[in-house]
Amino acid sequence: MQPNPQETLSTQPELTPGDNQKNTSKSPFQLAFRRFLKNKMAVVSLIFLLLIVVICILAPVFTDQDPELTDLFKIEQGPTDEHILGTNGTGQDNFSRLLYGGRISLLVGFSAMFFTLTIGILLGSLAGYYGGKVDSIIMRAADIMLMLPFLVLTLTIIAILEKITIPIFVTIIAVTSWPNLTRIIRGTYLSLREQEFVLGARAIGASDFRIILKHFIPNAIGPIIVNATLMMATYIIIESALSFIGFGIPQPTPTWGNMLSEAMNVRILRDHPEAWIPPGIAIFVTVLAINFIGDGLRDAFDPKSKQR
Amino acid sequence: MYKYIIRRILVFIPMLFALTVIVFGLAQAAPGDALTGQQLADPRVDPEVYEKQREALGLNDPIPVQYAKWISNVAQGDFGKSLVFNGRSVADLIEARFANTLYLGIFSLFITIVVAIPIGIYSARKPYSLLDYAATGFGFLGLAIPNFFFGLIAIYVLSINLGWFPAQGTLSGPGMAGFEAFFSRLHHMVLPGITLGLAGTATYMRYMRSEVLDVLGSDYIRTAKAKGMSDSNVLYKHTLRNALIPIITLMGFEIGVLLSGAVITEQVFQYPGLGTLFISSVTNRDFPVVMAITLILGILILIGNLLADIFYSIVDPRIRYD
Repeated sequence: MQPNPQETLSTQPELTPGDNQKNTSKSPFQLAFRRFLKNKMAVVSLIFLLLIVVICILAPVFTDQDPELTDLFKIEQGPTDEHILGTNGTGQDNFSRLLYGGRISLLVGFSAMFFTLTIGILLGSLAGYYGGKVDSIIMRAADIMLMLPFLVLTLTIIAILEKITIPIFVTIIAVTSWPNLTRIIRGTYLSLREQEFVLGARAIGASDFRIILKHFIPNAIGPIIVNATLMMATYIIIESALSFIGFGIPQPTPTWGNMLSEAMNVRILRDHPEAWIPPGIAIFVTVLAINFIGDGLRDAFDPKSKQR
Repeated sequence: MYKYIIRRILVFIPMLFALTVIVFGLAQAAPGDALTGQQLADPRVDPEVYEKQREALGLNDPIPVQYAKWISNVAQGDFGKSLVFNGRSVADLIEARFANTLYLGIFSLFITIVVAIPIGIYSARKPYSLLDYAATGFGFLGLAIPNFFFGLIAIYVLSINLGWFPAQGTLSGPGMAGFEAFFSRLHHMVLPGITLGLAGTATYMRYMRSEVLDVLGSDYIRTAKAKGMSDSNVLYKHTLRNALIPIITLMGFEIGVLLSGAVITEQVFQYPGLGTLFISSVTNRDFPVVMAITLILGILILIGNLLADIFYSIVDPRIRYD
C-alpha cells in the first residue's frame, strides 16, 4: 500500500508549519507505527503477547519440574504444591508443560509464518514482477493448492511421512499454505509495476533484484506484515488442532495442543479441568492478542480501512 | 453471462484432473505396498506368488496406465477396498458416514445463518449500539477460540455437568425410528453443530455487518428513502438483496473450511461422520479410504467454488471476467 501524501498530511491537521515540515519527513513506516500506538487494544495486546512470550522463554524460572519426565506412580493427579496443575495421564507435570509447551506452540507458529512468508514473497515476487508465463504457472499452482482441503491434505502428508518432527511439521504447513500470501503479494506488485518510479529505477539501470528488494517489497510491506501476523495466529490454532487429534508434534514434547489432547480421555475431561482448561485458555488469549495486533496493524498501514 | 458460465465450467475440468492427479500421486507416495499393505512382504510366501498377483492386479503396469484404470474405477464409484476393515469396499464405508457429515454440515450452516445474518443486519443498522459492540466482541472471541477447545468446554459444561445434551454419537439407543429418531439425531447434533458453526458465525456476522453498512451508504438507498419508502421496504427490497450476494458467494468458498472444521469437530464429539472415518484411516494408514475422502472433499470444494462463481455472475450482471 502506497500511503498517499494527502493522507499523511491529514493525520497531522493542527500543527504549525514548522512542525508540519518536520512531521511529513517521517517515513511511512514511522507514520504507521505512530497510528498503531494510538490503537489501545492493539498496544495492550502487544504488551500482553510479549508477556506471554517472556514467561514461556523464562519457563525454568517459574517451575523446576521437567516437562517431559514421566512418573507412572503419579498419574492424573489433582493440583498439589509440587504439581500446581496436577499431572497428566503419564504423570508429567502439567504446569511445566504449559510453560514449555508455550515455547513450542509459539515457535511453531512463528517459524511456520516465517517459512510461509519466505515462500510467499519469493513466488509472489516472481509472479507479480515478471508476469507472463512465470505468473500463470505460479498462479495455477496456487489455484490447485487452494482447492485442496487444507487440513485433509496436511493430514494425508503427515500420514505418508509417518515420522513428524518440528522442522518437518513447519515445512508441511508452509508448503500447503503459501498460496494466499502469494496471491496478495502478487496483487500488490501488479499495481506497483505500472508506476513511474519503477520505470525510473529501471531507466537508471537498477537490476530486477534491486528493484524488487528496494522498491517492491517496501511498498508491499503493509499487507505483508498484516497477513503474516494473522497467519501466525492461524498456525498456532492449526498446530494445536493437529496435535489435539494426535498428528502434530509428537509426545513427549509438550505443546498446548498435546496437552489438550489429554482431554479426549473422559476421566481427565470430567475430573481434571485444571489439566486441559489452562492450555486452551493459553491458545485462546494468544490468538486473540495476535488478532488484535493484526487488526491494529491493518488500520495503521491502511488508514482507509476502518471496518471492524 | 452464459459465455462466462460455460468458460467457468470448462476451467472446472482441468482443475478436477489436477485434483485426481494429486490424489493419485499422494497414493503412490504412500509407504507400503498396495498388495500387502505393508512395506515388507510376508517371508513365508514365495516371492513368485506375489509377483504373479502383482502382474494380475496390474501393479506392474506403467504409472499412467495405473492412473487411467484407477480413474475409470473412481468414475464408476469404485474406490477399491479398505486395507483395514476386512476388505470392505471403500465406497460402502464412506456411504455409511457421508450422510452424517452432510446432516451435521447443513445443521451447523443453518445455525450460522439464523444467528449471523440477523445480528449482522442489526449491527449495521444500529452501529455502535450495545448489541453491535457485543456482536463485535463475540466475533473476535469466536475467531480466536479453537473449535475443539470450545467443543470440550461445551461437553464439560452442558453435557457432563448439566446433562442437557449428549456428548457423543448420533442416536441415544438402537431401534429408534420415525420422529423419535429424528429428534434424537437433532439432540445429538446440537453441540457439534454449534461448535462447527462457531467460527463461521463470527465470520458471516462481520461480513454481513460490513456489507449492509456498505450498501446503506450507497446512493440508491438514499434515493429510495427520499422517495418515501418505508424503512423495512428499503431493508428488504434494496439493502438485503445486494448485501446478501457476497455472503452467498462466501458460503460457496467456505465449504472447504466447514469440511476441515468437521474433521476436528467430529473427532471431539466422536460423531460417526467422514471426519472420524478419515482420522481413523489416517491413523491406520488405510490409504484407499484416505485417498477417497481427500478426493471427495476436494471435489465438493471445487463444486462449491464453481457454484459460487456461477451464482455471482447470475445475480451481479456487472461482473464480466474477460
